[in-house]
This record gives sequence, C-alpha cells and structure tokens, in this order.
Amino acid sequence: MGKTNFFSRLKEKMNKTRQGFVRQMDELLLGKRKIDEELLEELEEILVMSDMGVATVEEIFDEVRNKVKRHELQDTEALKDAIKALIQEKLSQPSTELTFENPEGPFVVLVVGVNGVGKTTTIAKLAHFLKAKGKKVMLVAADTFRAAAIDQLEIWGKRLDVPVIKHNPNSDPSAVAYDGMEAALKRDIDVVIVDTAGRLHTKVNLMEELKKIRRVMSKKIPNAPHEVLLVLDATTGQNALSQAKLFNEATPVTGIALTKLDGTAKGGIVVSIVNELQIPVRFIGIGEKMEDLRPFDPSEFVEALFE
Amino acid sequence: MFDNLSGRLDKVFKRLKGYGKLSEENIQEGLREVRLALLEADVNYKVVKEFIARVKERAIGQEVMESLTPAQQVIKIVHEELVSLLGGEAQGLNLAGQTPAVILLAGLQGSGKTTTAAKLARWLRSKGRRPYLVPADVYRPAAIEQLTTLGKQLDIDTHPTEPGARPVDIARQAVGKASMAGLDTVIIDTAGRLHIDEALMQELKEIKEAVKPQETILVADSMTGQDAVNIAKSFDGELGITGVVLTKVEGDARGGAALSIRSVTGKPIKFIGTGEKLDALELYHPDRVANRILGMGDMLSLIEKAQDTIDKKRALELQKKIKKDGFTLEDFRDQLRQLRKMGSLEQIISMIPGLAGKMKQFKHMMPDERELKRTEAIIDSMTLEERRNYAIINASRRKRIAKGSGTTIQDVNQLLKNYAQMQKMLKKMRKSKFKLPKGLMPF
Ligand SMILES: Nc1nc2c(ncn2[C@@H]2O[C@H](COP(=O)(O)OP(=O)(O)O)[C@@H](O)[C@H]2O)c(=O)[nH]1
Ligand SMILES: [Mg+2]
Repeated sequence: MGKTNFFSRLKEKMNKTRQGFVRQMDELLLGKRKIDEELLEELEEILVMSDMGVATVEEIFDEVRNKVKRHELQDTEALKDAIKALIQEKLSQPSTELTFENPEGPFVVLVVGVNGVGKTTTIAKLAHFLKAKGKKVMLVAADTFRAAAIDQLEIWGKRLDVPVIKHNPNSDPSAVAYDGMEAALKRDIDVVIVDTAGRLHTKVNLMEELKKIRRVMSKKIPNAPHEVLLVLDATTGQNALSQAKLFNEATPVTGIALTKLDGTAKGGIVVSIVNELQIPVRFIGIGEKMEDLRPFDPSEFVEALFE
Repeated sequence: MFDNLSGRLDKVFKRLKGYGKLSEENIQEGLREVRLALLEADVNYKVVKEFIARVKERAIGQEVMESLTPAQQVIKIVHEELVSLLGGEAQGLNLAGQTPAVILLAGLQGSGKTTTAAKLARWLRSKGRRPYLVPADVYRPAAIEQLTTLGKQLDIDTHPTEPGARPVDIARQAVGKASMAGLDTVIIDTAGRLHIDEALMQELKEIKEAVKPQETILVADSMTGQDAVNIAKSFDGELGITGVVLTKVEGDARGGAALSIRSVTGKPIKFIGTGEKLDALELYHPDRVANRILGMGDMLSLIEKAQDTIDKKRALELQKKIKKDGFTLEDFRDQLRQLRKMGSLEQIISMIPGLAGKMKQFKHMMPDERELKRTEAIIDSMTLEERRNYAIINASRRKRIAKGSGTTIQDVNQLLKNYAQMQKMLKKMRKSKFKLPKGLMPF
C-alpha cells in the first residue's frame, strides 16, 4: 500500500468526518486573524469537541499561551503548527514496533475491549491485512458468551479463507484459547488472533477471566500473547481513558486499535491515552469492510485533524 | 477521594462563606467547576455553554439560604436545572394505535440495538404483551443469528428473516406475520449505521414509511462523547425519533451524552440498559442520571437495590445505632454480609459517588468470599470492647487477634486500615448535603 494511496484514502474517508473540524480550523486560521484570547478559546473548543479531554486540552493551551506571551508565535500559521506539534508530542512515545514476527512459533494477538467497539470486525480486517503480507493466519473464537459471536467470526473466516478454532457457545473461553494455541503450533501458523467477548472494564470477574485466558495461552506458547490489542471506539468520550487504564491493569495492553473513524467522531481521547499510558495506537478502523483498516501514524493523524 | 462536583464546589466556596448573596463574581469560579465537571462527563461543549448560562442567570442575586452553604446552593440549582433538562419521569413505551404496534430500533454500530430489542421484548411480555422480534440487520455477519438466539433464550417468537431480503420487505412482511399470529408488538432490529451514511439513513426512512412505527427508538451508548449531539440530531432529523434508550450504563461512564441528546432532540429517554443479561433494562429516572453526570453516583438506584435485599428493620436499627455509637467493627461486619446479598460488588461500587472507576483502589476494601470469611474471623476474634473502639487495638492485641482468627498480623492491619478508611468516608458522607437515604448504610 503506497503512502499517497493510504493518505488520500484516509483523507477521503476522514473528510466526511472532519468537515466541521477542518472548516472551523480553516475559518479560524486562514482568515488571518490576530492571536487573541477569543481565537485561543475557539481553538480550545475545537479540541474539546474532539473528545481530547479538558485536562489535556488545558495542558496544551497552557503551553500555547506561554508561547504567545513569549512572542514565539508570529501569526496564526505558527499557532496552528505549535498546537499540532504539542498534540503530536503527546502522541509519540518510545514505540515498540508491531512486527507480527515470532521466530519461535506463532505470533499471538489477543484482542480485548468493551462491548460493541468493533473487536471481531477489527480481527477480520487484521487477518486480511496480514494475509496480504503473506502470513498464515488463524482466528480463535474465544467470545463464547455473546449470542452468535462465534458464527460472526466464522463467517469472516470463510470470507477470508482463514481457519477458525471454536468450541460450543458458553464454553470456557480459556479452553478455546488453549486449543487455538495448540492448533496454531500444529499447523505452523504465523499469526493467531484471539477474539474475546466484550466486557466492561469495571467488571472485576470478567477482567479476571481475561487474565486467565492470558495465562492459559502462555502455557502453550511461551510469552503469548505477544500483542494485546485494545479496541476503542472513536465515538467514545472520556470513558475510553478509564477503559484503557483498567484493561491495561488487568492484562498489560501493548497496542490500541481505534475504530469508527469514518463517522463524525474524532477519537481525540487517544491523545490523552497515549500520553498517559504510553501505549501506541497501532491501527485505525475506517469502515465495516475487511479493507477498512489502516496503520496509525501520529503525524498523519494530527495532520488529518487539521487539514 | 470524592472528586465529585460537591467536593470541588465546597472547596471553591470555602472562601466565600459569609456572603449573603450569590453574586456574579462569587459564583464565577464555582461555575467554572460545574463546567469542568460537565465536560469531563462528556456533555457536549455547546450544551455546557448554554447550560452554564442558564444556571448563572438563576443563581445570581439569590439569597443564600441559611441551611445551605453557597456551594450547596449552586449544586441545588445545577441539579434542578439538570433534572429539568433531562426530562420527566420514565414513561415507558407509547404503543396506542394500530395493532400490531411497531417499535423500530435504530442507532450507530455497536450501540446495543440487538440486545435492547431482546430486552424490550422481555419487558413487554412481562407487561402482558405478545412481542415479535424481527431481525432486519442483513449486513453484519451473524446479526440475524444473534437476535434469533436471544429470541430462543427468551422463548419469544422471532421472524425467520431471509439473509438476502431487503430490510423494508422484511419489516413489512414481519408485521403481516405478527398480525396473523396474533402477536401484538413488533420489534424491529436494524443494522447499525453511521448517521452520515445517506443510503442507509434512507433505508431507515423507508422502513419507517412502510410500517409506521408507534415508537422509533434511538439506541445510544452511554459512553458516547461529544459526537452525541451530531448523532442524535441526524437520527432525529432524518427519522423523527420518539425516544432514546441509553445502553451500557452499568460501567463507569458519567453519561453526559444523555444531556447532549436531550438538549438537541427534546425527546424522552425511556430506558437504560444496565447489563448484558436480558433482564438488565430499567426505566429511566432523570434525577439518577443527573447525579451521575455530576459525579455523585447513582445513589437512588443503589438504594432501590439495597431496599430489595436489605432487611429494612435491621438497617434502621443499625442506622440508629450508628448515629448513637458510630460505625463499629461489628457494624462493618454486618454491612459486608448485607452487601454480599446485594449482588456483584463492582456493580454496587459503580453506583457510589466518587467510587465509580476506582474499582482497583476499592477492591481491597471489598472483600471477596474468601476475604469475607477472613474478615469475619478476625472481627469474631476481637473482644466486644475492641469491636466498639478499634483505637485500643494495639500491637499485642493485634497479635492475639491474628492468632485467634488463624490469620496474620498483616491481615489484621489491613482490615483495620480499611475500616479506618470507611470511617473517614462515612464522616464525609454525613457532612455532605446529599444525605444517605434511609435504609442504606454507607459501608
Ligand atoms: N462504521 C464503522 N463501523 C465499524 C467499524 N468497526 C466495526 N464496526 C461495526 O461495529 C459493529 C460492532 O462490531 P463488532 O466487531 O461486532 O464489535 P465487537 O462486539 O467489539 O466484536 C458492527 O456493526 C461493525 O460492523 C469501523 O471502523 N467503522
Ligand atoms: Mg465480537
């Protein structure tokens, strides 16, 4: 996937979504306005409306106001760049690259998140993405709880032509996960992706269940899961931070997938999440089809916000 | 510990004691806190702005009532305005008119429509109606199977939707079928869709035109952020919704979306979804949602729950006793026992002011079965005097208690620490204006 291609598709998809945001930014910034308190407040409003969270926005604007005071920002263009840079700073962290490589055996991805955020769909997209890279992929249906969740993953498996390991509905998810690991070893799979039931992060017993799934997997494949992908819905507001924190406490999260960026929601809360928890965003979801997954790039993300 | 609005406002207004009137200057800072609280609760920025203006107008010039601090007075106004904006008491569904009555569910992807369809069917059946579930999501893989499975679980008839059919045809057909089968309420589950997806919004309009539902319900996730206004505006504008069901409320989201949705649509919130189980559907109560948005927890829901399970007479006795002697370790033990009966602890905690979202922190205070036994053993090993006055429990007593209960000194220390923390909480709660309701013990 070429960079321009990605960029233009992302922009195209995001365009719909960013209209409001972008238009406002342009109005504010291209109109050659003076940098004054009114302008700063309007910009603040835009960021708050992106769900970034008041605390983070205030942090950014404290810094921006300081720069203004120190006369470091000559015009609105410089102001815009300064805000972008500050957001981007928060989005960058010592990133561990997600290679999907495990020289010792299958690379295991455990996908977690609250109900309805797009876990199963993201798994399908991810499988599609990996297949295109020539990987041998297998899916594991460890959401044994939600009605027809296994069917849902199986249908994707058929569409993608990747095997799906499953048990009966309402069976023990760790048992499925275990079997999944075993099957992956046997069949010489490159990447196994384990789907789990949606669970609210505040449910202690369900968080314990996740820990157990994790433990069981690592018994079969050392160090598994190699990636714990937390799926977050861009439509979610401040609660996404609580989700990230509690999932991270239960089973250290190593990456985030941010879905539903094809809507009008901006998913600004990831800025706060990445900044606070130092967990990288790996992918974004921009639709319901298997092609609608993109690698996340902080600079492109911020760029797309402001263009 | 209580990072809720009342705590914050108290701080702000501490300096203002002695002011007889609320003036523009002295409430400005207070309103800043209100604004922050609302934004943190995900109320839309513009909605917050309007709301603050209203509160300010009402607050300025008011005499501070003697019984209230200025902070409490502002909270009172904020609370009243919130409740009035959040709408009247729950009305249930309005299914007068044609038979079979039709309920159309719509919303974004993953908002909880399918589960809500099944919950509504169950609720309606308990009210004596004969529901018919109609899966009309032909797009998402296994969406039809999902609702069919739920229908089976509930033993409620589900329409045998053909995966290839057009949603409009499915809806029309299903209504005919329900009518023939003598079923009086058709519940149509539709595919999740983005409010900006013109083709799919058109599809909904066509369904609505074809079956003329009495209720067109927007199913919205209570965790929704600023975008709630856009979503609600579009669905209402395109479809003309008659009400809202707010889902996933049992988590720790503050649910500001409720206020956003109400203020842009003016449509009533009818139900809240409080869990994955099919009986986890409750009528909406605006005051509870108001408390939650303000970070004051959902005390009323908690009380209701408590009243269902707690032996009222005993609770009252206990309350009296606590007033007289304070909250002793004996009461603590009693409370833990009572609490266990109320259901999952995290559910309860999530309803308590300031505790929602701090599960981890409080988990150690809320023993599980094993810990509970240990706690009981420890308290049982104390003398009556020790139970009534924990301050006398010195090192040698701790040693004795640990030995007697087969636990360690650390266990005893931990328990005493927890207990001390609860004492503090209790004191705080006693002081706050939001009095603990009768029958409910702050543990
Ligand atoms: N518009 C949009 N919808 C999505 C995206 N990702 C998932 N969905 C939809 O969200 C709904 C819930 O997804 P699902 O994968 O079942 O969520 P899960 O419960 O977390 O497994 C489905 O209708 C998906 O098609 C996305 O990036 N954009
Ligand atoms: Mg799923």
